[in-house]
Amino acid sequence: MSVYFLCLVLFSIGLYCTLRKRNIIKIVIGLGIIEYAVNLFFVLVGYKMAGRSPILSPNQAIENMVDPIPQALVLTAIVIGLAVTALIVAIALRIYEKYGTFDITKIKRLHG
Amino acid sequence: MNNFIPFFVIIPLGAAFLISLVGKLSRRLADFLATSGGFGLLALSFFTLWILNSRAGVVLVYKVGGWVPPIGICMAVDNLSSLMLSTVNTVSFLVLLYSLSYMEKYTDKWKFYTLFMLMLAGMNGIMVTGDLFNLFVFLEIASISSYALVAFGTEAEELEASFKYAVMGSLASSFVLLGIALLYSYTSTLNMADIGRTLAAHPAGLLLNFVAVLFLAGFGLKAALVPFHAWLPDAHPSAPAPISAMLSGVFIKVLGVYALSRVFFNILGVSQGVLFILLILGTVSMVAGAFLAIGQSDIKRMFAYSSVSQIGYIILAFGIGSPLAIFGGLFHLINHAFFKSLLFLNSGAIEYSAESRDLKKLGGLKEGMPFTAATGIVGSLAISGLPPLGGFFSKLIIILAAVQAGYLWLGLAAALVSILTLAYYLKFIGFAFLGKLPEGLAKIKEVPLAMRLAMLILAVACLASGLLVAPLFKSLLQSASDCLLLGTGYAERVFSAIR
Repeated sequence: MSVYFLCLVLFSIGLYCTLRKRNIIKIVIGLGIIEYAVNLFFVLVGYKMAGRSPILSPNQAIENMVDPIPQALVLTAIVIGLAVTALIVAIALRIYEKYGTFDITKIKRLHG
Repeated sequence: MNNFIPFFVIIPLGAAFLISLVGKLSRRLADFLATSGGFGLLALSFFTLWILNSRAGVVLVYKVGGWVPPIGICMAVDNLSSLMLSTVNTVSFLVLLYSLSYMEKYTDKWKFYTLFMLMLAGMNGIMVTGDLFNLFVFLEIASISSYALVAFGTEAEELEASFKYAVMGSLASSFVLLGIALLYSYTSTLNMADIGRTLAAHPAGLLLNFVAVLFLAGFGLKAALVPFHAWLPDAHPSAPAPISAMLSGVFIKVLGVYALSRVFFNILGVSQGVLFILLILGTVSMVAGAFLAIGQSDIKRMFAYSSVSQIGYIILAFGIGSPLAIFGGLFHLINHAFFKSLLFLNSGAIEYSAESRDLKKLGGLKEGMPFTAATGIVGSLAISGLPPLGGFFSKLIIILAAVQAGYLWLGLAAALVSILTLAYYLKFIGFAFLGKLPEGLAKIKEVPLAMRLAMLILAVACLASGLLVAPLFKSLLQSASDCLLLGTGYAERVFSAIR
């Protein structure tokens, strides 16, 4: 149970970082933390204490296996997360070129 | 028989791949590939619509790789998805037609087409998929390409808007993924129909409420409902006009409204609590969006707030939950797809010729650009609900449904917001098209043919969409709203189609 609680703590740290930090790079890091908290939770859903890897071989009984589906899904989610992070970091760099600052409170030409 | 369903994803993905390969070599080839891809999707979606409406109560199911669901992944298209597919692919084809001329002023047009096709692949994928994790993957494909498209001009404002949008969008995706993880931990399946069946057999209690909140926040952010709307008025105006038309016209409806209604009505099953929350969110968005729109002087920003307001109407209708209300909500969704994309294309045409979209600097455009003015006025009157046009009927049905269900005040609010809508669209017509032409714009020219053609077809669609309530076409909307009203009976339908 405590691992799930720790996942929640990690998620909250990420959320705090995204919402409260002024540096846009730190906001991107916060997003990464949120993403990994969710991924970690998803892997834990399929994890079994002292389970074995889900590989079917002729002379083994199907018992006490770790659920492989969350692992496959999290792999996909990590790849998607990589794409999002790469894009946001690229945008953040271009913002720095245009505005000369990473401070989110000074990046506000849009309003209304 | 159902082998054509994956082509909704294959065509745009293949087009994106080919365009990125050959786009650098020849501009014309990229134009040709994108437009023909768009046309192929248009034909395919109307073919699907025709098949589904010739037989009642059918779901077309395609088993990916021949694996039988719920073990394998399946794609399921029912009347609701096919109606949405037709709307989305019609709008996207016309937007592609418009981009032929409009995007000429940007460098690297082929990059635009590549991203556009990826976004289209994501949106079509969301509508055809029958698997919850697939839905998440397609949601992300569509979102990532839309973040890039918002920043396409790489000016300071565009980058800022894109950053805001990307941060809020990926937060929303995390919420959706967390919801999917929790649902998987309870039901041990990802097939949408199977999840629905398992939840009906073993009610999940509190867990379901938590999952509902996560999905509401996630999809609500994508649909830009009011507490989550802050990114939309920045992101939609900053994108190039064809992309604004796509984002406001269909994107928020597919990622937000369609995904939300599919998950809540057909998988989780709606409870009174969820309906009440939708009702509140819808009403608040409807009213707040309209009040915020009135004060704007930037044309596209005004239209963006108007989108928030009109999405509010649709969610309000779904929140009422009666058959008439859902019928009206879907009708308004289709109407809004047509007139909002028309209006954004108009704003693009104004920006193209007058090089400004500030209402204070414009005026008298009906002289230089009679065509843009005529279509713009049709679009504005349709969205404000002038009687013979489609917007009038859909709003009337929603208001009637609200009164019928006992929400007299909500009906009144919807009627008042409709008047507000008329007010700010009259402001748009008055400041942009009527009055005296400013001196700097004396030699203004009408936009090129491809742009005019796209606007003309959309204007005709706005004029004709009122016909959807006519007896001949009513079954289209009726069967689509029946899909949502079916509730968790969706699972039975999908499984009977597999057998």
